[in-house]
Amino acid sequence: MTTEIRVPVLGESITEATIGKWFKAVGEAITEGEPIVELETDKVTLEVPAPAGGALVEISVAEGETIDVGGLLGTINEGAAGAAAKTSPTPVEVTAPVAAPASAPAVQAPVTAGGMPLSPAVEKLVKENNLDASQITGTGKDGRLVKGDVLAFLSSGGAAAPVAAAPAAPSGPRPKSEREERVRMTRLRKRIAERLKEAQNTAAMLTTFNEVDMTAVMAARSTYRDAFEKKHGVRLGFMSFFVKACVLALQELPAVNAEIEGDDIVYKDYYDIGVAVGTPNGLVVPVLRDADELGFADVEKNIGELGRKARDGKLTLEEMNGGTFTITNGGVYGSLMSTPILNPPQSGILGMHKIQQRPMAVGNNIELRPMMYLAMSYDHRIVDGREAVTFLVRVKECLEDPQRIMLDL
Amino acid sequence: MSENAFDLVIIGGGPGGYVAAIRAAQLGMSVACVEKRGTLGGTCLNVGCVPSKALLHSSELYEHTAHGLGDHGIKVDGVKLDLKGMMGRKDKIVSDFCNGIEFLLKKNKVTYIVGEGKITAVGKVDVKVGKKTQSLTAGKILIATGSEVTPLPGVDIDEKRIISSTGALALNKVPKKMVVIGGGVIGLELGSVWRRLGAEVEVIEFLDRLVPGMDAELAKTLQRSLKKQGVTFRLSHKVTSAKAGKSNVTMTVEPAAGGDAETVKADVVLVAIGRRPYSKGLGLEDLGVKLDGRGCIEVDHAFQSSVPGIYAIGDVIAGPMLAHKAEEDGVAAVECMAGQAGHVDYNLVPGIVYTAPEVASIGKSEEQLKEDGVEFAKGKFSFSANSRARANGDSEGFVKILADKTTDRVLGVHMIGADAGEMIHEAAAVMAFGGSAEDIARICHGHPTLSETTKEAALAIGSGTIHA
Repeated sequence: MTTEIRVPVLGESITEATIGKWFKAVGEAITEGEPIVELETDKVTLEVPAPAGGALVEISVAEGETIDVGGLLGTINEGAAGAAAKTSPTPVEVTAPVAAPASAPAVQAPVTAGGMPLSPAVEKLVKENNLDASQITGTGKDGRLVKGDVLAFLSSGGAAAPVAAAPAAPSGPRPKSEREERVRMTRLRKRIAERLKEAQNTAAMLTTFNEVDMTAVMAARSTYRDAFEKKHGVRLGFMSFFVKACVLALQELPAVNAEIEGDDIVYKDYYDIGVAVGTPNGLVVPVLRDADELGFADVEKNIGELGRKARDGKLTLEEMNGGTFTITNGGVYGSLMSTPILNPPQSGILGMHKIQQRPMAVGNNIELRPMMYLAMSYDHRIVDGREAVTFLVRVKECLEDPQRIMLDL
Repeated sequence: MSENAFDLVIIGGGPGGYVAAIRAAQLGMSVACVEKRGTLGGTCLNVGCVPSKALLHSSELYEHTAHGLGDHGIKVDGVKLDLKGMMGRKDKIVSDFCNGIEFLLKKNKVTYIVGEGKITAVGKVDVKVGKKTQSLTAGKILIATGSEVTPLPGVDIDEKRIISSTGALALNKVPKKMVVIGGGVIGLELGSVWRRLGAEVEVIEFLDRLVPGMDAELAKTLQRSLKKQGVTFRLSHKVTSAKAGKSNVTMTVEPAAGGDAETVKADVVLVAIGRRPYSKGLGLEDLGVKLDGRGCIEVDHAFQSSVPGIYAIGDVIAGPMLAHKAEEDGVAAVECMAGQAGHVDYNLVPGIVYTAPEVASIGKSEEQLKEDGVEFAKGKFSFSANSRARANGDSEGFVKILADKTTDRVLGVHMIGADAGEMIHEAAAVMAFGGSAEDIARICHGHPTLSETTKEAALAIGSGTIHA
């Protein structure tokens, strides 16, 4: 009996998706629930699980093609043995899927982008270095890879194929052996690009700066680190302080928490703070719901979980929709100062940066203090200068004296 | 279509010509092949490759039977040479083959015309058959007239006492002493034949080494081996004159750089200093077909000469004068004519010497790589450590692989030993795909086979030999 694999409902406003990657090839055995294909939408990438076990007998849409919600992705022959199951690791470190040959070998051999088999020496190098053979230019007969091609790729710092479970790591420099490399833009990146331009083109975006002495926050962290972790099972980071400080400031300056919709300004009585996370696929912003009601521990826990999901590519659309304000942190990458870009349709975004010891005037003395520059970009159409500056001052005050958060001052 | 009009007229029915004819027919052209010899197959089949290999094998068997079976526990008495029978066998093989090629042309509907071809104008070939002349019109003309023996001034070939390779393939008596002028492939092969049959053989070579152009280590090893077999060598010497008397030949021999001459006598003198392109009687000068300094017809990458519509391949153009090279040329030229991307990789034309031990080479030699400034790694393995070779009692020689130091790409493979001529094709296949020494090392080779030597030579470059 055959079962169809159809595109599931993806989210309220999502009507179509692009096929990112097929994890299984025609003829392969599948177990029910096993992810068989990856779909890319504007907001998120998700995996479609097999509706039944058996053999994949047909792939109806190829990688890179677009399909509507409810469209036919492929067909499974239930219960059929299919080609002998693959025992080696996921296709991520192998390459462009090749239909399993009729004689069904136990393991799918790695191939180049052109579908050429790899010679023994090349195969060994590719496997040992976790390379994606399809990303290396072949200079051999008919575009095959020769050993020299792989050696050149490795010596020029060619990166291992991005493995799904790895944390966001900066990708390697482009191989020296090519002057150019053409890589298809993922759907996610395209959408990010569109939204960034949209933000720039729509809002009257400005940035205001301030600086904060992180001594108090750091003191609180070091004093209560062990007790906090012991009680709450999660580390006391910086983000909880920043989120709570921002919530306080947003409550005082509601325009920053509002958005423009047509001719209206929509003020919101809830505080859903987006926390930007960098992943190999691009920047994603999962949202902390009702941050005003969360305690420090809950903030840390939720952020930890959302960050993990983001890097694994497992965020759902609901988790990324509807934020009212965003916090982004360039400091982890070493940024001292920057002008963050708004996350439309929001009207404000706080940029955190690197904490660096600087000589500061304290009373009549000069002392080294751990300082962080704060940046707040805002939509000047509904947030005026005074509000923006005050917002940032308020955040600074709460951070420099965290008791204010407790006292709602 | 008139019976004298063809898409392609090929002048020359040797390996270049007849192979081009068959390929052209496969591509749908109407083809005529003109050959004046009376038989097809050219130099190769009639007075070259085939008869020499037949005699080499027969003579090797003779020597082995007469002197080499004791080691195997086989006692043999009264071995006698029936030279006439040996020659008869050779002749039969040759004529069977010639008929076979005639049959191939017929099967492919190629018109075979016996006669001497001359290009009277672009697109027109006149074939002289006895007193008659047959005029052909041709869409394209392919010259495949091959080569002839290079004459040596002062040494006139009469094919009786002073002979060329042609005569050396048909002597009716084993000479007591044979001098071979020229230490190249042909001289060494034919010299080996007659030495095995009982002649005293001396090789006089102008250069300071044998088989010029081949990897120097191979040449040295071959010389050592032939010397052990009883061949004497006089390198860096030239023969300035040879006079055939009633019963022998008297030669004047001098050092190549000049110096005192000496007299050398022999029963038979084989002139084997090389071959030169042959294009006489084709009318090329009148047509304006350009030749280079050595007499080769100049052609472009599509094998077309300086006159559009006239093409040339094989020994009559530049490149190694080998039958298989001519065949590749022929196929490529015809494919180019048909609009395909015909191409010959001259770096991958194997060179084989059918002495015992055999010598085979493909790609670049050590000397060539050094000259080109290419950094290379070298892996060598001797047959003396190979089980099959030892079991056969024939373990002289080695396999040497040269690979790029950085990319490990195989750049040249050089072998000397039994069956080298067959073994070289593994190297050819790997090199055609741009393979590396490590690739050869990681391909499973049967055991026990001579080819394992190739695998070990490859291992020598990489992780290290296992069996030495």
